[in-house]
Amino acid sequence: MAEVTLKDVRKDYAGNQVIHGVSCAIADGEFAVIVGPSGCGKSTLLRMVAGLEEISGGEITIGDRVVNDLEPKDRDVAMVFQNYALYPHMSVYDNMAYGLRIRGMTKAEIDVRVQKAAATLELGPFLDRQPRQLSGGQRQRVAMGRAIVREPKAFLFDEPLSNLDAKLRVQMRVEIKKLQRALDVTSIYVTHDQVEAMTMADRLIVMNKGVAEHIGTPIDVYAEPATLFVAGFIGSPAMNFLETRVGSDGALELDGARLTPKTRLDPGRAVTVGIRPEHLAPGGGLDIQVELVELLGADTLVYGRLSDGNSLVIRLPGTQVPKSGDRMPVHANAGAWHLFDTETGKRLGTA
Amino acid sequence: MQKVGFKGRFFPYVLIAPQILITLVFFYWPASQAVWQSFLIQDAFGTRVEFVWFENYETLFSDPLYFNALVVTVVFSTTVAALSLGFALLLAVMADRQIRGARAYKTFLIWPYAVAPAVAGVLWLFMFQPSLGIVAQQLKRMGVDWNYLLDGRQAMTLVILASAWKQISYNFLFFLAGLQSIPRSVIEAAAIDGAGPGRRFWTIVFPLLSPTAFFLLVVNIVYVFFDTFGIIDAVTLGGPAKATETLVYKVYSDGRLGGDLGGSAAQSVILMAIVITLTAVQFKYVERKVHY
Ligand SMILES: Nc1ncnc2c1ncn2[C@@H]1O[C@H](COP(=O)(O)OP(=O)(O)OP(=O)(O)O)[C@@H](O)[C@H]1O
Ligand SMILES: [Mg+2]
Repeated sequence: MAEVTLKDVRKDYAGNQVIHGVSCAIADGEFAVIVGPSGCGKSTLLRMVAGLEEISGGEITIGDRVVNDLEPKDRDVAMVFQNYALYPHMSVYDNMAYGLRIRGMTKAEIDVRVQKAAATLELGPFLDRQPRQLSGGQRQRVAMGRAIVREPKAFLFDEPLSNLDAKLRVQMRVEIKKLQRALDVTSIYVTHDQVEAMTMADRLIVMNKGVAEHIGTPIDVYAEPATLFVAGFIGSPAMNFLETRVGSDGALELDGARLTPKTRLDPGRAVTVGIRPEHLAPGGGLDIQVELVELLGADTLVYGRLSDGNSLVIRLPGTQVPKSGDRMPVHANAGAWHLFDTETGKRLGTA
Repeated sequence: MQKVGFKGRFFPYVLIAPQILITLVFFYWPASQAVWQSFLIQDAFGTRVEFVWFENYETLFSDPLYFNALVVTVVFSTTVAALSLGFALLLAVMADRQIRGARAYKTFLIWPYAVAPAVAGVLWLFMFQPSLGIVAQQLKRMGVDWNYLLDGRQAMTLVILASAWKQISYNFLFFLAGLQSIPRSVIEAAAIDGAGPGRRFWTIVFPLLSPTAFFLLVVNIVYVFFDTFGIIDAVTLGGPAKATETLVYKVYSDGRLGGDLGGSAAQSVILMAIVITLTAVQFKYVERKVHY
């Protein structure tokens, strides 16, 4: 168990920089989730922690050791890969025992650990099988088992659930989280699935194009997204954005609504106003034309258009079902509106 | 997979007919000829032919020269196979690591394979020719008494090197393909599990490569059995004192040069049996041992 810290970590591939200085401290026993769109550098960052990619700049420490120049084998971390990366020619038992044998443990010790992990992960009946004789979910468990028998300082996960079907994914998500709680091992988990990220993380690291745009608890990221990108990425359906300018009196004029920013903004500044679909409710200032209604059972998504042409998504409780073509007034409470600088994407507070 | 049917029963046979015809004309027919020949003895002038059952085989097995050829073949083939497989694997591992610039490297390495055996032989002959060859002169300068035309051991070394050199590129390509089919993440997982480069190679890479290695072993042995004929013929003619006379070369020298068609045919039949056995073993093994 150990703290993992990144200090201004950078990576470039032959002059092409893909990680632009990420800093964060992951506390002992914390479950940090790196989330972001494809190609934003999540895997690269994780692999630098593992020692599979060289660190071009900055510093990574695990526990109290700077690991920049350590081989993967000396970092004492375990990793679960997206394709599981099981040793195809070894039995499940040997897959789990491999790392322990290298560490020179006695047969008896190895057996105790492997049996214990197998019991935890319900792999008992499969110990003699080869990986190719297992289902995807079972392989995933073996990969987990291989990580936990090692009792490493940190677990690293690179999209470990993305090869599973939706139902299994939810189930494994819960199990991984429970297991991590029980073992209390510092973990870094990479995913592009924001639901996975929100539900599993103690701390979220939202990345975009090689920059960690927001680091915080899931609630924090949801409630006060640091940038336009984070606001649009976290939350489903995504936040609605409306572009406007600060009026001469400091207020924001929308199509039929007037917002007063909590903090003073210079008149004329270009501002993007964000509002989450679930924070909009019927009645009030904004008048929309309903274009499409999606019934999800528990709630209903209404896709509408304002008279100025901007579209809005509204999430209503399942019982309220407007028809397409209807006109519908909507409003949101003060404080629910997020304001961002249109040019820089930086958060400017609420209204 | 979905099965697709043909309309008539006749049509599929038409489609495979050329294949069957070629196999019949170029394999079964000469093979049966050889088997038939091996039961015959022909006199020196080719005027009388006698059917003698297994007499040719009996003569063969009591002939110390045949035994010599067998030993030569075993030494020759195991050394060539070991050398060419070992070097090819080493090169492939190096190429696999440094895959940038690999194309130039691969082309460079594939050249030897494109060279005909006899040409390869001549090439090596030029380099090692006792009085004129570049390498031979170097060796002499270094104090080695180099004359493979007189020294059987040197002759053997030379044909082994030439044959191994020629086979390396073929093996290299297979090994490289085999290495590249091993998922990177598996090797990375081993690295994180604590294995250094050496251990990763012997416990992960090599076992996963073993079907390829075994396949190549068989292919190489078959190669050494037959295809090295050109090299031996060009470099040593089986000499000196039959030190480099392999089974295949003996078939040729007995039949073609010595005129003993029956004995030579018997030898071919034995060779054929060996190769068929090897191939059968290989198929069985590879089928059993394939991972994924
Ligand atoms: N070996 C490499 N050489 C050059 N560029 C690379 C290399 N590996 C990754 N990159 C680049 O680095 C960027 C980040 O890649 P990375 O694999 O970390 O993305 P990711 O966030 O994990 O995406 P995904 O969700 O698709 O897995 C990408 O733009 C990619 O093209
Ligand atoms: Mg990735």
